[in-house]
Amino acid sequence: MIAFLKHQVKSFGFTELFKGLAVTGKYLFKSKITVRYPEEKTPLSPRFRGKHALRRYENGEERCIACKLCEVVCPANAITIESEERKDGTRRTTQYDIDMFKCIYCGFCEEACPVDAIVETRVFEYEFHERGSHIMTKEDLLAFGDEHETQIAADRAADAKYR
Amino acid sequence: MVKIEINGQVVEAKEGSMLIDVADQANIAIPRFCYHKKLSIAANCRMCLVEVEGAPKAMPACATPVTDGMKVLTQSQKAKGAQKNVMEFLLINHPLDCPICDQGGECELQDVALEYGDDVSHFNEGKRVVADKDIGSLIQTDMTRCIHCTRCVRFGQEVAGMMELGATGRSEWMEIGTYIEKSVSSEMSGNMIDLCPVGALTSKPFRYSARPWELQSHPTIAPHDSIGSNIVIHAKGNEVKRVVPAENESVNEVWISDRDRFSYEAIHSEDRLQTPMIKNKGQWQDVDWETALAFVADKLKAYAETFPDQVGVLAAPNATLEELHLLQKMARGLGIENLDHRLRQSDFRLDAVQPHSEKAVQPHLNLSFDGLENQDLVLLVGSWLRKEIPLLNHRLRKAGQKGAGIWAINPETFDFNYDMTQIASDQWLLKLAGLVKTVAEKTGHQSDLPQWVAQSEVDTEVETLAQQMIEAENVSVMLGQIAQTDAHYTELVQLSACLEAWTGANLSIVPLSANTVGAQQVGFLPLKGKNAEQMLSSRTRMYLNFGLEPEKDLADGQLALNAMRQAEFVVNMTAFDSETQRDYADVLLPISTFAETAGSFVNAMGRLQSFKMAIEPVNDAKPGWKVFRVLGNLLGLDGFDQTNAAQVRSDIALTPLSPDFQSLEAAKAPEQSAIVTTEQINIYAVDAMVRRSPSLQATPDAKSA
Ligand code: SF4
Ligand code: SF4
Ligand code: SF4
Ligand code: FES
Repeated sequence: MIAFLKHQVKSFGFTELFKGLAVTGKYLFKSKITVRYPEEKTPLSPRFRGKHALRRYENGEERCIACKLCEVVCPANAITIESEERKDGTRRTTQYDIDMFKCIYCGFCEEACPVDAIVETRVFEYEFHERGSHIMTKEDLLAFGDEHETQIAADRAADAKYR
Repeated sequence: MVKIEINGQVVEAKEGSMLIDVADQANIAIPRFCYHKKLSIAANCRMCLVEVEGAPKAMPACATPVTDGMKVLTQSQKAKGAQKNVMEFLLINHPLDCPICDQGGECELQDVALEYGDDVSHFNEGKRVVADKDIGSLIQTDMTRCIHCTRCVRFGQEVAGMMELGATGRSEWMEIGTYIEKSVSSEMSGNMIDLCPVGALTSKPFRYSARPWELQSHPTIAPHDSIGSNIVIHAKGNEVKRVVPAENESVNEVWISDRDRFSYEAIHSEDRLQTPMIKNKGQWQDVDWETALAFVADKLKAYAETFPDQVGVLAAPNATLEELHLLQKMARGLGIENLDHRLRQSDFRLDAVQPHSEKAVQPHLNLSFDGLENQDLVLLVGSWLRKEIPLLNHRLRKAGQKGAGIWAINPETFDFNYDMTQIASDQWLLKLAGLVKTVAEKTGHQSDLPQWVAQSEVDTEVETLAQQMIEAENVSVMLGQIAQTDAHYTELVQLSACLEAWTGANLSIVPLSANTVGAQQVGFLPLKGKNAEQMLSSRTRMYLNFGLEPEKDLADGQLALNAMRQAEFVVNMTAFDSETQRDYADVLLPISTFAETAGSFVNAMGRLQSFKMAIEPVNDAKPGWKVFRVLGNLLGLDGFDQTNAAQVRSDIALTPLSPDFQSLEAAKAPEQSAIVTTEQINIYAVDAMVRRSPSLQATPDAKSA
């Protein structure tokens, strides 16, 4: 009988409702954690692994020496490289493609590279409008690297002491 | 036999053998750089240091002979410490530029450093830099990477027989290089690429084009000489990137010639014939295989019905056994008997004296390669063996090192890489005649001599040779390329046969091409028809040429070209296109090279070696045996329904190797005609593939023609 009355009071007295509203009320006045993407953005780590870029040295020479370590380490087989001896006798790629659909953004390529040529940038917002354009060619990658070099260099510098 | 203990494991060993060999046999790893089983012991890298109980210091395993009861530790603190320190020293001056080094991924230094080295170096000073040497079109040098193991130097001295690379300076200032800036010109120089444990010597044509881990290995057989070297094709996807030797003690040991190593460049050359083509009113048209083969079958049938004796079938002696077998089967099925593979031969009179039959195989090596090494005296007749068959020459060189006397009777003095006596004269046939005469006199056969031999002059050199030939136990007489292409081939063989009969020497006509022996064994010979020379100089209406370029591969190129131009219908089955053949041919069919077909070659000593297809045929090429199979069916012949090369092979009954030169002796050497000088065929002009390898063509050897 007592149990029955307790239950009735609980059900018709809306105790649970008020408990819930109390939580709502509490958070109503707390500072907000929602990020209004894309107007607002979360901070990114210098180690962020986004879209790839190929870097150059300050004198404009491409860094990549076609060692193919990134190609062989890539767990997704996303990278395809062809190499040759360039006229000046240096080892260079003739083809450097990354298939952005295959890539799993693990960052192994960047880690394998002995000359910091292939890097993953902070850019993670990108899309492809045409079939086939998901394969980034050497030109695309170099151009992208040129565009973001300041940020890329700053990120490597920030992380240098941990490497 | 002695018993030693390595890491507690008891191992039996031959007394006096080196510790490293014993450990290798017991599968106990000892790191090494300078040691190589085919080279002398230098013991200068010190990487193989191990602890020997009782010895105060670690000992180099490659230079420490085993003694009974010896206790060796390869993993002890002392051994490991020694190895680690040596490794650190070796890396002091090594540039560590693995990312741009072609050896990266297959480098002994990388492997050993990973396994036995430390991960930090105490060395902070500047590294030395050594200028690269330009040593020709085959080998790329990066001398800063050299670790001074001197394998290349020892290879030059001990195997190639040329003091080409050497070490100058000492310690830090030691450099490996050519003494004078020049190309390395050994015909086996490519082996240094394999020997060099680091990336100091790498392949120039291969440079930077792939990584070892991207390459698939396809074991196969080299197609350019009668050694039948076991090789491995390294292909990336469907592209042959390089060729390296496979080890086979009884064939090529661990070496291959440069010709076999670098000819692969031709496989992907721009000269490759793209598709089947038919000439229609003077215009070349690309057609598909069905059309082309139906057309060829029609023509072949028509000519074979009306003029079977005016159809000529020529095939290169480095075509596979399967191809040659099906081709002769097809031709004979149609009643065509004019078949020949002896393209460079100009004197066929021997056929009349000793007709080819199903029973006799003439050119073949009458002893094994190992057997050659154990001869006491070898006489080369008309041969610059060194540039004909480099690896056979290497065996002969080894025979010389073991004490064999080596002689040659040649039209000129050639550059051989070992000590020998060369009897050189324009009148070299007469020199040989003089030798036969002397031998006859000493063995009581004067009465058997024909007039001109009995009259030939004898000088002291020949006299000495004759005496030695009679006295020595194991004597070999080998007729080389110059003899075989000479206008006096018949006399040369007959005179040599006399030597065989009267001195008990072993006579070999050295087969030159990869499948010279096989071609004879499948009967690709004019057993009843015309030989190559007769075909060209008599009226022949139709030619079927398989794998050859008549103007370059036949004895008389001009004669061949004219014959082709005069013929009514010429079918060229070839891997390569050329302006010359477009002029005279009527049908061109693209055929696979050796890398793109399965097949077999029979080498000089009669060893049949089969191989599989390494890469898919490029362009629209097809393996020859498949083409003949289809043609055979189109022609309505029986026995052309094999589905793979092995089935074709099982269809072949090989003629056993049983030349009977003795019977020649009775035939007597005929009167000799005027002396004409023959040429040595350039080492890098022997077949269409070799002629299209740019790096080989850039060597001094190719230019010396
Ligand atoms: S991030 Fe990983 S998956 Fe993507 S390309 Fe690099 S290695 Fe390959
Ligand atoms: S990007 Fe770096 S790792 Fe990849 S091939 Fe170029 S240099 Fe080598
Ligand atoms: S070039 Fe190569 S083989 Fe020759 S000494 Fe140097 S490391 Fe040894
Ligand atoms: S391998 Fe023994 S010292 Fe070089």
